[in-house]
Amino acid sequence: MSTKLSVEHVYKVFGAHPKRALERIERGEGKDAIFAETGMTVGVSDASFEVQEGEIFVVMGLSGSGKSTLVRMLNRLIEPTAGAIRIDGRDITRMTRRELIELRRREISMVFQSFALMPHQTVLENTAFGLNVAGTSSSEREKRALDALDAVGLKANADSFPDELSGGMKQRVGLARALAVDPGILLMDEAFSALDPLIRTEMQDELLRLQAEQSRTVVFITHDLDEAMRVGDRIAIMEAGEVVQVGTPEEIVREPANDYVRSFFRGVDVTHVFTAADIARRDQITVIERVGVSLRAALSRLQEHDRPVAVVHDRERRYQGMVSVESLTERIDALGRREEGAIEEAFVPGVEPVAADRPLTEIMTQVAECPWPVPVVDEHGRYRGTISRATLLHTLNRTEASAA
Amino acid sequence: MIGFSADTASFWQSLQERFVIDLKIGEGFTALVDFMREHFGLLFDAIAATISFVADNLTIFFNFLPAPLVFGLLAVLALWRVGWRFALFVLVALYVVMSMGLWPESMDTLGLVIAATLAALGVGLPTGIAMAKSDMLQAIVRPVLDFMQTLPAFVYLIPAVIFFGTGRVPGTIATVVFAMPPCVRLMNLGIRQVPVENVEAGRAFGCNGAQLLFKVELPLALPSIMAGINQTIMLALSMVVIASMIGAGGLGDPVLAGIQQLRLGIGFEGGLGVVILAIILDRLTQSFGQRNKRGAGLLTRLKTFFSRNGKADAT
Repeated sequence: MSTKLSVEHVYKVFGAHPKRALERIERGEGKDAIFAETGMTVGVSDASFEVQEGEIFVVMGLSGSGKSTLVRMLNRLIEPTAGAIRIDGRDITRMTRRELIELRRREISMVFQSFALMPHQTVLENTAFGLNVAGTSSSEREKRALDALDAVGLKANADSFPDELSGGMKQRVGLARALAVDPGILLMDEAFSALDPLIRTEMQDELLRLQAEQSRTVVFITHDLDEAMRVGDRIAIMEAGEVVQVGTPEEIVREPANDYVRSFFRGVDVTHVFTAADIARRDQITVIERVGVSLRAALSRLQEHDRPVAVVHDRERRYQGMVSVESLTERIDALGRREEGAIEEAFVPGVEPVAADRPLTEIMTQVAECPWPVPVVDEHGRYRGTISRATLLHTLNRTEASAA
Repeated sequence: MIGFSADTASFWQSLQERFVIDLKIGEGFTALVDFMREHFGLLFDAIAATISFVADNLTIFFNFLPAPLVFGLLAVLALWRVGWRFALFVLVALYVVMSMGLWPESMDTLGLVIAATLAALGVGLPTGIAMAKSDMLQAIVRPVLDFMQTLPAFVYLIPAVIFFGTGRVPGTIATVVFAMPPCVRLMNLGIRQVPVENVEAGRAFGCNGAQLLFKVELPLALPSIMAGINQTIMLALSMVVIASMIGAGGLGDPVLAGIQQLRLGIGFEGGLGVVILAIILDRLTQSFGQRNKRGAGLLTRLKTFFSRNGKADAT
């Protein structure tokens, strides 16, 4: 993956003399002090991050944290005070007005919180807005707009007017309008925040579906943690104009950078954020299944480490089964002294491995009901570790603690 | 206590005599008007020529139109934009005007109002746009508009006569000055009230200045703009009566005659004529402010009108 968009030390100061405020920032003055003394507001302060080609990059923060300002600097609806913003390596802050208009017409488009559709135009005309502005011929315009409407499932409503549509449908038009110009980067400013929860989830799924069909670089602004976790490949968290943490959802939940980040998880159920692989541990002893590994050797290994169970996998680490002291002893006794049994015969019944990418919510019951640690396997059947009831409780407890 | 109040009065009296000087504003204004007449005579002549050309021709045109044609045109327009009830009203109202013998006066007034409105819009709408784009210009133009609107209408007439003599031209110009403020104000307001996100959307998709204005701002401000135009027409109509004092002619003449000669009947007839014109123009221009989308076109309206059995107004 290559870097599509990079934001380097970007600042935005609102007020009469932004440069003076910048000097104060360089001297280490806080934004509150600057506001108190000069009346200027530092909207975004030293924001730096990179967005990779084809990823959904979420910028999350409470209102007033500067996230909307930040996203508007990415297409220069708001002029950055300092710093560089590169799209495919080109610094857009140095572009002329003409170049900028060209960039907005071809390379970067935007979806708005309040939809911002033109009430006097039909759905089709709205969708073709960007193409119309760019001077695309009307037949080409109509074709591409219809394709975009088709992609969001609104082809049938092409001749409706925006006020005849529901909120969710309006935002589909907003999305189609942004997609119609086939942009390299899609900016979504709280695009689903004005929708009611059910529709919002539906639209998130729609976005993920579109992303699966044709992956675009998306910068997605939201104040909603659940939404960020659902759609984001990576998340940047903003606090008071600063980017305080950038990472995958798991990284952010596991190691919040500070109390502000932690406070987002208050009352949020993180069990659907963690997957089985995230909390699986490799502390079980393992037995490699090969020709000649005996039941007795396995038993002695367990006794040696004083463990009740061991995981059996093959040379390629493919999970085979689980043996316990009891199951081994039982099998050995049944076979008698002379006979040498295969290890499969001693597998503990009722232990089903879970897939590594299953979220915790889905495997909780299984882990809780199984007397033994539940093995986790990846998509190739390879052993990734086990989840014991203790681990599960520990995880739940830890997220509780971080939320408190 | 009594002595105190007497003292105070004489104190204020002496203070006033000492500090309040006569700024001679009235004389200053007279001097200004004289100066302008002397030095900008050509300019005023040019304005007068243009206005008189437009106003005269419009008036002649409306008078030249055969009355039945005017009846028909206005009725069809009323049917298309408003509805059959209003179309019926238009026919009856025009008949009343005709029966009062005020048809030529009405057509004069219509020509005058339209000429004045065109001039007011020609200056006012671009001013309103510029005002919406610049806070500084807004700060400057606003008090001027307040001045134009609150200065008693009769006061316009004096300089108008000085500059342009009497007749249709100064009448039209006084009407323009009086009627322009609402269309400037409402254009300004309409553009400023376009939702921020719509403007952002326009810019985000790469509109240049002109595209933003014509594809986003003006269409979204349209209801407000039309309200401004409507108000301008109404004010123009109300000024026309006053303008007849300086010989602008039209429906103001019978009203003025009614006042001067205490002829109640003729005054009332003139007034009624103005009211009828006002109602017709008001309803028609208002209807253009409502978005006529997917709206029944003229043909459909006509069809429903002729094929219906008395209840097809609901389109």
